[in-house]
Amino acid sequence: MKDALPPEASATGCSAGSISYFALVGNPNCGKTTLFNALTGLKQKVGNYPGVTVEKKEGECFLNHGEKIRILDLPGSYSLHARSPDESVLRDVLLGRRKDTPRPQGVVIVLDATNLERHLYLATQIMELQLPCILVLNMMDMVRDRQTSVDTTLLAEAFGGIPVIPMSASRREGLVELKHAMAQHAPKIPTSGVSLEDNLQESLEKSWEKLRKTKILQGEKNLLEPLYLLSDRDPLHGGLSDHQYNAIQAERQSLNASHPGWEDQLVASRYDLIHQIVQRTVQRHEEEGVSLSDRLDQYLLHPIWGWAVLLGILGLLFTLIFKVADGPMGWIETFFEWAALQVASNMSEGDLRALMTDGVIAGVGGVVVFLPQILILFFFIGFMEDTGYMARVAFMMDRLMSRVGLNGKSFLPLLSSHACAVPGVMATRTIDDPKDRLITILVSPLAGCSARLPVYLLMIATLVPTEDIPWMTQVGFLLGMYALGIGGAFFFAWLFNRSLLKGEGAPMILELPAYKWPAWTAILWHMWERTRLFLRRAGTVILTISILLWAAVTYPKSGDADPAIAMEKSLAGKIGHWMEPAIEPMGFDWKIGIGLVASFAAREVFVSTMSIIYSVEDSEDIKPLRNRLRSEKRPDGTPVYTPRVCLSLMVFYVFAMQCLSTVAVVKRETNGWKWPLFQFAYMTLTASVASLLVYQVGGWLGFA
Amino acid sequence: MDEIQRLSDLEQGTSAVIASIPSGDTSMTRLRELGLLPGTTIKIIRRAPLGDPIEISVRGSLISLRANEAKQIEMRPAELP
Repeated sequence: MKDALPPEASATGCSAGSISYFALVGNPNCGKTTLFNALTGLKQKVGNYPGVTVEKKEGECFLNHGEKIRILDLPGSYSLHARSPDESVLRDVLLGRRKDTPRPQGVVIVLDATNLERHLYLATQIMELQLPCILVLNMMDMVRDRQTSVDTTLLAEAFGGIPVIPMSASRREGLVELKHAMAQHAPKIPTSGVSLEDNLQESLEKSWEKLRKTKILQGEKNLLEPLYLLSDRDPLHGGLSDHQYNAIQAERQSLNASHPGWEDQLVASRYDLIHQIVQRTVQRHEEEGVSLSDRLDQYLLHPIWGWAVLLGILGLLFTLIFKVADGPMGWIETFFEWAALQVASNMSEGDLRALMTDGVIAGVGGVVVFLPQILILFFFIGFMEDTGYMARVAFMMDRLMSRVGLNGKSFLPLLSSHACAVPGVMATRTIDDPKDRLITILVSPLAGCSARLPVYLLMIATLVPTEDIPWMTQVGFLLGMYALGIGGAFFFAWLFNRSLLKGEGAPMILELPAYKWPAWTAILWHMWERTRLFLRRAGTVILTISILLWAAVTYPKSGDADPAIAMEKSLAGKIGHWMEPAIEPMGFDWKIGIGLVASFAAREVFVSTMSIIYSVEDSEDIKPLRNRLRSEKRPDGTPVYTPRVCLSLMVFYVFAMQCLSTVAVVKRETNGWKWPLFQFAYMTLTASVASLLVYQVGGWLGFA
Repeated sequence: MDEIQRLSDLEQGTSAVIASIPSGDTSMTRLRELGLLPGTTIKIIRRAPLGDPIEISVRGSLISLRANEAKQIEMRPAELP
C-alpha cells in the first residue's frame, strides 16, 4: 500500500493547490479515532513509528469527487510540550523532524465541542506551525442536547478564516462538509493570535543557533522547534544522542535563568486568549445540569457500589475466559488433532511427517489454543477503553498500585496477565509514563496465567495422597500459587522502581472522559488488529522454536521403538542428564529436566512431555500420569515426586518465564532484545532460587 | 473569609479559585496546560474510594490528580455570585 501513496510532502506548508496528505490531531477522547474510521473505512495500515512503541495509523480516504488522499492519525495529545513518547511523535511529525514520516501538508484539528476551552489549547499550538488547518467541532449532537450553541463564523474569524466544521463523527454528521473543506484549493494557514514576547524570541534565536550546530534541528528556521524541544519532558527523549540531549538541557537551563517560568507564562497567555474567544463564541442557554456521566459515576466510583461493580465486571471477564473460552479452545484442539491426523495419513512415515505433526502442528496449535482467551481479553480491554470505564478503574486502583511505585493504569494489564500475559503486555500501551510501562511489562508474566494451570493441577494431584482431591484443597493450593505470583509481581515492581529504573517518576494526572456508548465495529476491528499483530510477530518465533524443540527431543535417533527411551537418548534427554547436577538441589531429576527444557516455549507442554517420558498414553485424564508419577522411584528406592518436589516444581513455574509468546511480545513492545532477555534472566534466576529454597528449607524442616 | 487552603484539604463538592500553583515544575506545568491557572475556578468532585487521588472539574473536564500534587496548589474561596 505504501508504494501507492503520494510522494513526500514538501517541508513547508504548501498553500497552493489542494492537499493530498492530511494529519488528524486532537486531545485524547476527542473522537479522533471515530472520525479516522469514518473517513478511511477500514482501509487502514497500522504499524509502529520506528524506534518507539507508538502506534502509527495511516489510511486512504476518497473525497466527494473521488479524489484519493492520504490521512495520518497522530497520537492523541494534550500539548506540543511533549511529556510522553506519544506527544514527542506528534511534535516531531508536525515539525517535519521524523525521517520515516513526511511532514503532513495539512492538519485536521479535532475538538470536543462540549469542552472547547481545554481542547483549543493544543489547537492554538498547532495553528502556529504554518500548516493549513481545518477545525472540526466534534460531538455537536451533545452540544445541542445541552442547549448550547457555538458561533462557528466567529470562531473561524478568530483564527484567520480557516474552515470550521460542526460534526458528530459517531453519527457521520458533517462528514460531507469536512471532505468538501479538505478538497479546497489554496487552503488557509491560520493565525492563533498568541505571540512570543520579544525578549523570549531573542533568546530562542540564540538557542536555535546553538542547537543547529548539534544537528538536532531539521528543516527551515522556525523558532517553535527550539521552543518545543527545550520543553521536552519525554523521559526517553527518543532519537536524540546524549550530546544533543545535553545541548538541549544546557539551553533549557539558560532560558530558565533568563526567563523564569517562561513555559507557564506561555500557557497563561494561551488560556487568556482562548477564554476570550470562548466567551464570544459559545452561548450557554441553560445552567449546566447533572450529566449522565456524573450520575453514572455516583455509582461506579461509589466507595461500596464502585467496588461491587468492578468485582462484578472482573468476575464476568474471568468467567468468560475460563468457561466460555473452553468450548472454542476444545474446537481448536480438535482441529489441530484432525490436521495432524490428515497429514499423518497423507504422508509416508518418516522424519518429515513427524516434523509436521509433532513439531509444526503441535507447536503452533499449542499457542493458537489460547486465542479464544486472548480475543476475549482484547475485546474487554477495548470495551473498557472505549466506554471510558478504564480511566475509572485506574482512578480507583491508583492508591493501591502507588504503594509499589506504579500507577492505576498498571492494574488492568497486570490483571489481564492472570489469563494470559500476551494481551496484558500489549495493554500496557495505555500507560503513558515509559518507566511505569516498562516495569509493568517486566512483572506482568509473574501473574498466574492459564498455561500454568495444567502444571499446577498435575502437581497438586500428585502431591495430595488421596484418590480424589478435595475441592477445597485444590483451590487452596491454586490460590497459594496465584498469591505467590502476585506477591512476586508487586515485590519486583517495588524493587525495579527503587533500583533499576530510578529517576523522576511522572505524576499520575488522568482525565476522566465522559462515558460513551461503545463503537462496536471499532472495538472489533481493534481486537482483530492486535490479534493479527500477535499472531504475526509471535508466529514466526514460535514456529522456529517449536521445530528446534521438536528436533531436540527427536535427534539423535536411537532407533528405539519405545518413545520414552528414544527421548532419553535424544538431545533433550542428554541436556536433562547434563543439567541434573544443577537441578538436583531443587529436587529435580533428569526426567523433570527434560520437561523443563521441552516446556521452554510453553508451560503446558510440561504435562505432555511427562506423559511421553513415562509412556502414559491417556492425555485426557491426569490420573494415569499421576499414578505413574507417584510410583516413580529414585535409584535408591525413595519416591521422586515427594510433596517437597511437587511444591518446588510448582514454585518454579510460578516464577519462570517459560513462555516464548510473551518473550516475542515483550521484544516488540520494548523495541529490542535487551528487556526480554533481562526479564527471562531475572525470572529464571528467581524461579531457581525459590525452588531451591522450598526444597532445601523443606528438607531441614524434615519434610519428605 | 479569605483564608488560603490547600487543594488537597478541600471538602468534596466545594468550589474554589486557584490562588497559586508552583511554577517551573514538570507536573505543575502539565496541570497548567490542562487549565489549572491562577484565577481558575475548580470544583472538588470526589476522592477515589481509597482516599487518593482526587477528582476535580476544571474548565469543563474531569481531571484526577494525586494528593501529592494537590497539596502544592493553594486555593482561595470562590466569589459568591
